[in-house]
Amino acid sequence: MNLLQDALLWLNDPFNWTRPDGVLDLLRQHLRISALAVLAALVVGLPIGALLGHLGRGGGFTVALSNVSRAVPTLALLTIFAVTPIGFGPTATTIALAVFAVPPVLTNAYVGFRGVDRDVVEAARAMGMTGRQLLLRAELPLATPLVMTGIRTAAVQVVATATLAALVAGGGLGRIITLGFRQQDYGAVLAGALLVAALALLTEGVLAAASWALTPGAKRLPRRSSMAAAVPVPVPD
Amino acid sequence: MLSASSGAVVAAEAAPNPWFDWSYVTDNSGTILDHLAEHVRLTVAAVVLGVVIALPLAVLARRGRWLAGPVLGLSTVVYTIPSLAMFAFVAPYTGLSETTVLVGLVLYSLVILVRNFLAGLQAVPADVKEAARGMGYGGVRLFWQVEVPLALPSFMAGLRIATVSTVALVTVGVIVGHGGLGQLITGGFNANFYRAEIVTGAVGCVLLALLADLLLAGAERALTPWSRRVRS
Repeated sequence: MNLLQDALLWLNDPFNWTRPDGVLDLLRQHLRISALAVLAALVVGLPIGALLGHLGRGGGFTVALSNVSRAVPTLALLTIFAVTPIGFGPTATTIALAVFAVPPVLTNAYVGFRGVDRDVVEAARAMGMTGRQLLLRAELPLATPLVMTGIRTAAVQVVATATLAALVAGGGLGRIITLGFRQQDYGAVLAGALLVAALALLTEGVLAAASWALTPGAKRLPRRSSMAAAVPVPVPD
Repeated sequence: MLSASSGAVVAAEAAPNPWFDWSYVTDNSGTILDHLAEHVRLTVAAVVLGVVIALPLAVLARRGRWLAGPVLGLSTVVYTIPSLAMFAFVAPYTGLSETTVLVGLVLYSLVILVRNFLAGLQAVPADVKEAARGMGYGGVRLFWQVEVPLALPSFMAGLRIATVSTVALVTVGVIVGHGGLGQLITGGFNANFYRAEIVTGAVGCVLLALLADLLLAGAERALTPWSRRVRS
């Protein structure tokens, strides 16, 4: 209980928020790195996943990709990118996080496009839609719930793992935790953990709302539980 | 900070810093094996404890919608909490020990397992259960001899995912000094960016995960002989 008080005290101190490398600085770094990484993953993963799903090819590849990516520790990739000539810093962190965000985006896009009812595709073809129209106007709306699940999974995972950058001298909110451990200041550790967890949950909530708003047709929140049963989606860490 | 890092860069350029060095592995085999043992120990303990807790939870959650909702909701929340924060939540109470890492890992594996156990149990066709009941199966026998075998593929899928992610997550335990092979990764990073050590730790993690996955896939095949033809 004392500890929680320490954490709240830490969080209640405006200096901890506004000083250089305080919460606000770190939050800004955290969000910038995360946004860039997710954006990069979308640019790479969405078209490839959509195209493979549209063509109905490469199922084995996507499954293998998501399986292998689960086996590679994020910390390992963060560290390895940091010791390449890129050097440690925001760039290496962003690249490592983007690499991890591609599999969920790609796999879900693939499954979403692949899972579109064949009858719908036939009907669209019969109506004279070209390949591009079919992809964008028939398949995309139907695949949206899963595509959004992929984006949400990737984004939450990126926001969560961006904290690990602090273990290899990177920025972000994880700093508060690592610094707290180094200084044996468990109040700060707990405060950092609360901030990081809150940010991850907030990301999840905002993107769940976004996916609800973007999904055409009957409004229904895509539930991970029903997805987990039906689809080989990778789980974030 | 700045001078230290620039000094490190100079040193890294001056001395050879290969990506992999077999002599590093042979010279430090004792340390590596110790870390590997810790890694395996934590993974096995976390998954086994996860199974032991998840199975009754899944059975309870199946009883009714009012329990399944909170269980799944809570598991989403737990899974969304970043691993570093999770260990940070636990560490003040259990200190810089293996227990801290274990508690965090159990929570994560538990979440994956409950979901898959529940999905597996819910997917058992109602008419199969009815037929079994008609043949005189009681609750316990129905569960172990009809429902569990039918839900086994989903169980095993969950077990494989949980195991592989646990192997990867153990590395984050470096924050409390018990990260298994992760110790090599950050150890190499702190020892002037010694690449051979980092890569040994990283490759070791991946190989361990793949080996565990392969073993579980073999166990799945052995346990579900009836699904072999369908799968292939």
